[in-house]
Amino acid sequence: MQTTSMKRLELFGWKFTITPARKILTIIAALSIGAMAIRLITGFSLLTNLNDDWPWGLWIAFDVLTGVALAGGGYSTALIVHILHRDKYHPVARGALLTSLLGYILVMAGLFLDIGQWFNFWRPFVSWGHASVLFEVFWCISIYTTIQVLEFGEIVTEKIGLRLHRFFKKILPVLMIIGVVFPTLHQSSLGALFLIAVHKVYPLWWTEYLPVFFLMSSFFIGPAMVCVESALAGKFFGHKVSLNVLTGLARISGRMMVLYLGLKIYDLIERGQWQLAFLGNLEGNMFLLEMIAGVALPIGIVFSRYGKTRKGLLVYGVLTSGGVILNRMNTVFTSMVSYSSGAYFPSIWEFIVSIGLIAIGCLLYSFIVENFNIFDHHPSQPKDENTKNLSA
Amino acid sequence: MSKGVLVDITKCIGCGSCTVACKMWNKLEYDQNVSSIGETAKLNDKNWTVVTRTSAQDSKGQAVWRFAKQQCMHCLEPACASACFSRALQRNADGAVEYYPDLCVGCRYCMIACPFDVPKYEWSKAAPLITKCQLCSTRVAKGEAPACVAVCPTGVMKFGDRQELLQEAHQLIRREDLYLKTVYGEKEVGGTCWLYISDIPFDQLGFKSGLGSVALPSYTHSFLKNVPIIALGWGVLLTGMSFYARRRNELAKARQERLAGKNGEGDADADDFDEEA
Repeated sequence: MQTTSMKRLELFGWKFTITPARKILTIIAALSIGAMAIRLITGFSLLTNLNDDWPWGLWIAFDVLTGVALAGGGYSTALIVHILHRDKYHPVARGALLTSLLGYILVMAGLFLDIGQWFNFWRPFVSWGHASVLFEVFWCISIYTTIQVLEFGEIVTEKIGLRLHRFFKKILPVLMIIGVVFPTLHQSSLGALFLIAVHKVYPLWWTEYLPVFFLMSSFFIGPAMVCVESALAGKFFGHKVSLNVLTGLARISGRMMVLYLGLKIYDLIERGQWQLAFLGNLEGNMFLLEMIAGVALPIGIVFSRYGKTRKGLLVYGVLTSGGVILNRMNTVFTSMVSYSSGAYFPSIWEFIVSIGLIAIGCLLYSFIVENFNIFDHHPSQPKDENTKNLSA
Repeated sequence: MSKGVLVDITKCIGCGSCTVACKMWNKLEYDQNVSSIGETAKLNDKNWTVVTRTSAQDSKGQAVWRFAKQQCMHCLEPACASACFSRALQRNADGAVEYYPDLCVGCRYCMIACPFDVPKYEWSKAAPLITKCQLCSTRVAKGEAPACVAVCPTGVMKFGDRQELLQEAHQLIRREDLYLKTVYGEKEVGGTCWLYISDIPFDQLGFKSGLGSVALPSYTHSFLKNVPIIALGWGVLLTGMSFYARRRNELAKARQERLAGKNGEGDADADDFDEEA
């Protein structure tokens, strides 16, 4: 159907198919790169609506906090597949690693754009503010991105630099363990960033359990993202993950969500703040939306018969991911509204940069999937069979 | 020993000399848009200290104006310094929380962390830095009072040893009925170098209320202190789980093969037989 509008570029053995959707993504990406350059040269006042009352805006809330959470699929899948050795889930491992790696690279780009002294970004490597949660986040994200690049080295060296492939295969088990420890630390630390703002964050969200909640949600969003991703990849790349695998993953995630919901309710009651959820104000309603549509509803789907259908799993994936995105947004925006005297709504350019980063991610993803063996990787099968699958 | 400043709000006439002295000593520009004295006065990158004006009622019910000088409170345990991941904010031995622009990355986490919303950002600059009052630390190091304190014509502020000033403040509010029986800054978020006494409730004058006496870095510390143990324990646990799961899979596979082998044993024998033949 699409072949008429599709054109395939090939250069030195690297392939890239051009489709209308990718053309649009390229335009958005180009626009956002222009905006990023202007931001880095001129500062914040020209393109953003940030001000002294709202020092952290869309880029921190979405590109960084949400980006890291969405990329949580990488470590949760690594934990399930490579450490617990649930081999059944192997087919999704490489896709999840790729999404996660790209996610982290984009998060770093987002962070880089958000710091005023961007040429000074390396300072915390030498000037250690180790009492800061941000210090831990900075180091963990830097190390983990490096680890992921090395993990990805195993895939890259199947195609180029073949001599190094054995080396990468050998160090992979160690990388996997480090590659689960670090995300565990910084996923929780991202929540812990807000512990110090105890007087600013609305009590529905501020709790000493913030790091635990951030960690748990970054774990259960993983399978949700895999469900969304495989629905998309099934549509655009013809890669279908078996329903059995997706249902199994969603159930692991669902169990964590039950635990999360229980702990949330316990925490609200223990702190005596539960009635805040039912005041009917902005904060209360957003909190209820987050908990009902983003947590309770997907739990219902996963453990009902809809959890065994592709459509049901896609809805679960979208709702859960949306719920976690909303949670991060609520933590930064909704929870600060009543504290902050000023007003903030992201400028069009802040949106363009955020959307542009996603567009860049999608393009890189498409390119890598076309050129490396991401989807049809089964470790037990001999290599020639893999290539057969690819060409089929 | 920590230095401090005691501010007696009842003595302030709102002249704004302190804000001018601050700008002159720190070489700050005048802000055409944001005033540094009056009802609309606001701290920003050019106004490191402001004097706000509030209409209030005194203890006898008479309408009065009160003026409140705002600047960095110089916490004993500063949240901003603990939040800074590149040590661009540090508390020195005198108690001044100083800023080292060379180390700053411009992440603005200090602005999120500060309970008084003091650190401000140079939004209009291409490579913005954080700005805030630094207690004229070079003056304090020479034993002089900060510029704002030195120029005050009505003696609102007194510079000295924080502990002594605190004692003095308590004597004053005990002796004079005029004052509220509280010293703002004595306990707030673990105590600050700047101390205030007043006859009008502090929250009416724009001071943050309900801050509690817990130093904010302790929230972070109670999380961070667990991190090394968790990292190590988690790493060991994961390694163990990895070996266990792999071995379990291997055993399961071996068992399967053994089962398959039993069924196929006859065939294998037959093969041998064939070869011999």
